[in-house]
Amino acid sequence: MTHLPDTVTTPTTSNHTLIWYGLGLIALLAAPFLFYPVFLVKLLCFALFACAFNLLLGSCGLLSFGHAAFFGAAGYVAGHAAKEWGLPFELAILCGTASAAVLGFLFGYVSVRRSGLQFAMITLALAQLIYFLAWQLPFTHAEDGLSAIPRGKVLGLFDLDNIMVLYYTTAAIFLFGFIAMHRMTNSTFGQLLRAIRDNEPRAISLGYEVNRYKLMAFVLSATFAGLAGSTKAIALKIAALTDVHWATSGSVILMTLLGGLGTLLGPVVGAGVVQAIEDHLSSLPADFAVFGLFRLPPITAIIGAIFIICILLFRRGIVGEIQHWLDRRSGK
Amino acid sequence: MSMQALFGQLLVGLINGSFYAMLSLGLAIIFGLLGIVNIAQGAFYMLGGFVTWMLLNYAGIGYFWSLLLVPIIVGLIGAAIEKTLLKRIYNLDHMYGLLLTFGIMMFIQGMFVHFFATAGRPYTVPSALTGGYNLGFMFLPKYRGWVVLASLVLCLVTWYAIEKTSIGRTLRAATENPTLTRAFGVNVPALMTIGFGIGVALAGAAGVLAAPIYPVSPLMGAELIITVFAVVVVGGMGSIMGAIVTSLMLGLLEGLTKVVYPQGSNMVIFVIMLIVLLVRPAGLFGRER
Repeated sequence: MTHLPDTVTTPTTSNHTLIWYGLGLIALLAAPFLFYPVFLVKLLCFALFACAFNLLLGSCGLLSFGHAAFFGAAGYVAGHAAKEWGLPFELAILCGTASAAVLGFLFGYVSVRRSGLQFAMITLALAQLIYFLAWQLPFTHAEDGLSAIPRGKVLGLFDLDNIMVLYYTTAAIFLFGFIAMHRMTNSTFGQLLRAIRDNEPRAISLGYEVNRYKLMAFVLSATFAGLAGSTKAIALKIAALTDVHWATSGSVILMTLLGGLGTLLGPVVGAGVVQAIEDHLSSLPADFAVFGLFRLPPITAIIGAIFIICILLFRRGIVGEIQHWLDRRSGK
Repeated sequence: MSMQALFGQLLVGLINGSFYAMLSLGLAIIFGLLGIVNIAQGAFYMLGGFVTWMLLNYAGIGYFWSLLLVPIIVGLIGAAIEKTLLKRIYNLDHMYGLLLTFGIMMFIQGMFVHFFATAGRPYTVPSALTGGYNLGFMFLPKYRGWVVLASLVLCLVTWYAIEKTSIGRTLRAATENPTLTRAFGVNVPALMTIGFGIGVALAGAAGVLAAPIYPVSPLMGAELIITVFAVVVVGGMGSIMGAIVTSLMLGLLEGLTKVVYPQGSNMVIFVIMLIVLLVRPAGLFGRER
């Protein structure tokens, strides 16, 4: 049986949680005045991606090692729709998201029959197939990728090349996805998924068609990953091979794990930390050396080290550990 | 298409198949004993290639000594990693094993990129194995024949050791029921360390064999392990002979695709995996639980 830390608490709309929601909303609105908006746009896209991944692993216990396929493929489709077909922003995003949903159905159909580690291996291998396709299909332009994707206008009115319009549009998309997934996790559907995760034979004996629910969760997770990927491609005007690469699948796993698996805010926090590290490292001069002594290893080595430390020392993740500490303090 | 090209590609396919076999065999041993899918297997293969290159360039130790020394070195590194890192997560969900080895893979690979950059380093074929035979229908370079032969022998020896010897019996007992095996006085934790060492040593040996064929580079094992995963899914987990046979078969098929439809050659194994999953989800040699 898979037993993951169950930190998803039952929904209680106390004043306490409302305050937290309010604070979160204010932070989301005020952020572009404190940080560089383009960085925040990228962060929000990856945060949404991590939330989508968490929807599958956190509530369903399915570890997908191929989520970059949905993120990247949706980006390619959305970018192509905006650039070559000249579709408006909303429709381009819709095309990308829909393609991820279809791809998610295909992947899910073959992979949910196997569980645990085999599931992870299968999703990784299927994603590699998409990666090779992205190399060879004409519309993805192999190593060059899609660049200079036009952003267009929101609702045909507000120009997305205005950085503040871009930020608040991305924030709105993020908020929509975040709330939708939160509602799903706390619905009866979400409870059923957790029941399957915690005791699959019992769920089967209660008459549930377990694989169908797993497939639904998989498709939903892929769809939101696609929404994140489409938004990222258009907001940053680029869709490239790195988006479908297995390293991106690994990095979204790390974001979720680092922030706190199965927690509401964990994936967002994790995405923030990982993005901040990547952003900081790439902004360093090429000949930068720590204390003037040694060069920093490349980002893959650092991410690998964080992975190892996180799994050995704080498996609950940043948000999970804080929640655990608060729970213990209040004597629950 | 010429016969020469066809047989040439089939030979390349057979060589790739033997590498898949050695890697998936190591994977199977480690999974059986530790319950961990070692995604770092590709990194240990790379390590094997690099240590071979280093032994020659820094210590002047040649190919045949490397063939003996490198698997031991890689196995010891593996055993050290098992003792310090993997040991801590046995009582957790299996998922964490995969994630931890993923971190280890990225760390090893990243550090090698850091110190050696990504460019490939050539390793010359040992003089005893240069040249080749003209078989009439094709030209067989000696070294390529040697790789196929050596890896087949290694795989069969491993299979024999596990299935037919008393050490293998203990190993299988520990795989089947570690608690009971322990009650009989077998030191199971030590066995796990040894098992992990042997598993990665096989990958290291594959790295030695690969060094004169593929340029030695920090990224040489990264994509390979994903293909090996697909091979394992096709073969189904559980049968060692199944893993070897599937690996060679898929390697040949990949070589054949290179001749018939070159654009599809890197995808064919993944497409086969898709078909097998639809028709026989447990894999060709796997048992449905």
